[in-house]
Amino acid sequence: MKYIDEFRDGDVARKIGERLRTEADPARQYSFMEFCGGHTHAISRYGVRELLPPNVRMIHGPGCPVCVLPIGRVDMAIKLALERGAIVCTYGDTMRVPASDNLSLTRAKARGGDIRMVYSATDALTVARDNPGREVVFFAIGFETTTPPTALAILRAQREGLANFSVLCCHVLTPSAITHILESPEVRRYGTVPIDGFVGPAHVSIVIGSGPYEHFAEEYRKPVVIAGFEPLDVMQAILMLVRQVNEGRAHVENEFSRAVDRDGNLGAQQKVSEVFELRPTFEWRGLGEVPYSALKIRPAFAQFDAERRFGLGYTPVADNKACECGAILRGVKQPTDCKIFGTVCTPENPVGSCMVSSEGACAAHYAYGRFKDIPVKVSA
Amino acid sequence: MNARDDSKGGTVRAGYVRPLDIRHGRIDMGHGAGGRAAAQLIEEIFLVAFDNPWLRQGNDGAAFAIPAGQRMVMATDAHVISPLFFPGGDIGALSVHGTVNDVAMMGATPLYLAASFILEEGFPLADLKRIVQSMAAAAREAGVPVITGDTKVVEQGKGDGVFISTTGVGVVPHGIDVSGANARPGDVILLSGTVGDHGVAVLSQRESLEFETTITSDTAALHTLVAAMLAASPAIRVLRDPTRGGLATTLNEIAGQSGVGMLLDEAAIPVKPEVDAACELLGLDPLYVANEGKLVAIVPAEQADAVLAAMRAHPRGVDAARIGVVQEDAHHFVQMNTRFGGRRVVDWLSGEQLPRIC
Repeated sequence: MKYIDEFRDGDVARKIGERLRTEADPARQYSFMEFCGGHTHAISRYGVRELLPPNVRMIHGPGCPVCVLPIGRVDMAIKLALERGAIVCTYGDTMRVPASDNLSLTRAKARGGDIRMVYSATDALTVARDNPGREVVFFAIGFETTTPPTALAILRAQREGLANFSVLCCHVLTPSAITHILESPEVRRYGTVPIDGFVGPAHVSIVIGSGPYEHFAEEYRKPVVIAGFEPLDVMQAILMLVRQVNEGRAHVENEFSRAVDRDGNLGAQQKVSEVFELRPTFEWRGLGEVPYSALKIRPAFAQFDAERRFGLGYTPVADNKACECGAILRGVKQPTDCKIFGTVCTPENPVGSCMVSSEGACAAHYAYGRFKDIPVKVSA
Repeated sequence: MNARDDSKGGTVRAGYVRPLDIRHGRIDMGHGAGGRAAAQLIEEIFLVAFDNPWLRQGNDGAAFAIPAGQRMVMATDAHVISPLFFPGGDIGALSVHGTVNDVAMMGATPLYLAASFILEEGFPLADLKRIVQSMAAAAREAGVPVITGDTKVVEQGKGDGVFISTTGVGVVPHGIDVSGANARPGDVILLSGTVGDHGVAVLSQRESLEFETTITSDTAALHTLVAAMLAASPAIRVLRDPTRGGLATTLNEIAGQSGVGMLLDEAAIPVKPEVDAACELLGLDPLYVANEGKLVAIVPAEQADAVLAAMRAHPRGVDAARIGVVQEDAHHFVQMNTRFGGRRVVDWLSGEQLPRIC
């Protein structure tokens, strides 16, 4: 594939790997967090960790949209489908997120809920147009990448006077999550996670630009390198982070300059602020309540807000006690530190959200990396 | 069988039966009631297409001779697919290929097929005829006749147009022992061609996706390929067609059955650029996408070249490749050296393959 294979070239990867081994100071440890699930996926799928020197450690961040979706929010969507008879449309990997009563959207569908997987918010609009007699709710999740399409869907529904369409808005914001991690109690109290820098989001940054990260670099003295989702992007960003750390710098640098600039997509930002406003607080799975970290639909669009339309209240539900997803999302623990990883909690029966999406830290490690934890005898 | 002799009506010819209105007709509950309508449906749609001496006897089963002293193989496969017609095939051809291949993957020569149809009330007769004709053409091409069958009708909303279940029997030549439990460390893993074609061709036609592509399903009968391979080396240990769950799932099944691990070379696994691009777009991994005309063979290392040459000489195996080796592994992991230079586990598919959101 043109414009993609170039960023998956094994020879270039080996060269960057050599540079990393030359430049990384063997006397110190480097810990970088890749915020996005897309980066986690690339690292796992292409075996990037194998190409890094042993003293460069990658920590999987909370940037997997389905992983941070709290149980209570999935419960709301299930309730709409099973009790209110609505058609609930959502993105693919949201279907398997564990909810209360051992349910998930997939299982609610098996119990008769009309739950449909869509590839875009526009597809949900089509479902609404095709089913004028039914309530159609788009269960909208994701970071800044998926927010503008939801805004557009609402604007279009308003223009068309689509009376049976609404959105259960669960859109969250990247910068507030990063701040939360940097200020998380464990990080401050125990200093357990000396995060030396961040591989910054790819697609999110196309929308919001590189500007919003300048604050972390300055205030917390942490370098941020925005990187694309291809494996070479990730390796190059890690090399740039190592260099910044070595030189004692903490700047925002942009490896993904083929798509990201400082200001981002102003048109998209304008649509988002037209339709959405900040929520004073929002629960993230694993992180708990995070202030000003999510969006809700403005009162002017109240008729498209499923929470208002159906009078839905939010009931928080505690995660399984043994599940370490919270600590894993904050970078305090690794999947293998969790007692139930790979035994009770597997991709077939996910207990915690990190096991649900292939982007989740636990699922990615289970699928792509676990042979490293278990000695493998090779005969040849 | 429905011949009427209407001696009073002067305008009706003796033996005349008004034919089915294939163009406008639809399946109704009467077609499944076992009466005259059912008999007519069988006569005009199924018998005409599958025509062979066994079916013409009109029994509820078929009797046939088998070569003395050989082991028999029986395999069955239920076919449900949406959409029913897709680029490169349809449920009819698929239902023949699927079962012929299941028999062939035991190292057997497929001989006969049985087919049962579950039809949904309201299903257009024209579509049924098209499917049955395609099925008959596939059976003829494979040289494996459908010698007995059954039809049932379910009420509207209780089926998805048509479900087809086929059962095949075959015989295993002397000296052949093919089983998923036979892989040994040191064996070589061969693949007959590109992966993911069928799954992507079907996805491209789904109502919610509909993207334009030139990819067609690879649906095909593989028994002549298997015969050519076994002629090159009767020592072939494992044969399997990586259908649902794709190559990754098939290899994990075999690793578990044989109690071994595997190490694959990503760069050696053939994937069409169009399939690769579609998977990239949809957030899928071609290793987990279904195939209907490909096989995996595991052979002793010293036989690998001969078998690979036989595969490449056959029209269904021109893109055949050596994709990895079997190794000892207490955990039965299938691992892969990535093109990028790293290594990963190629795990079982969990649940349905769902597209990633980011």
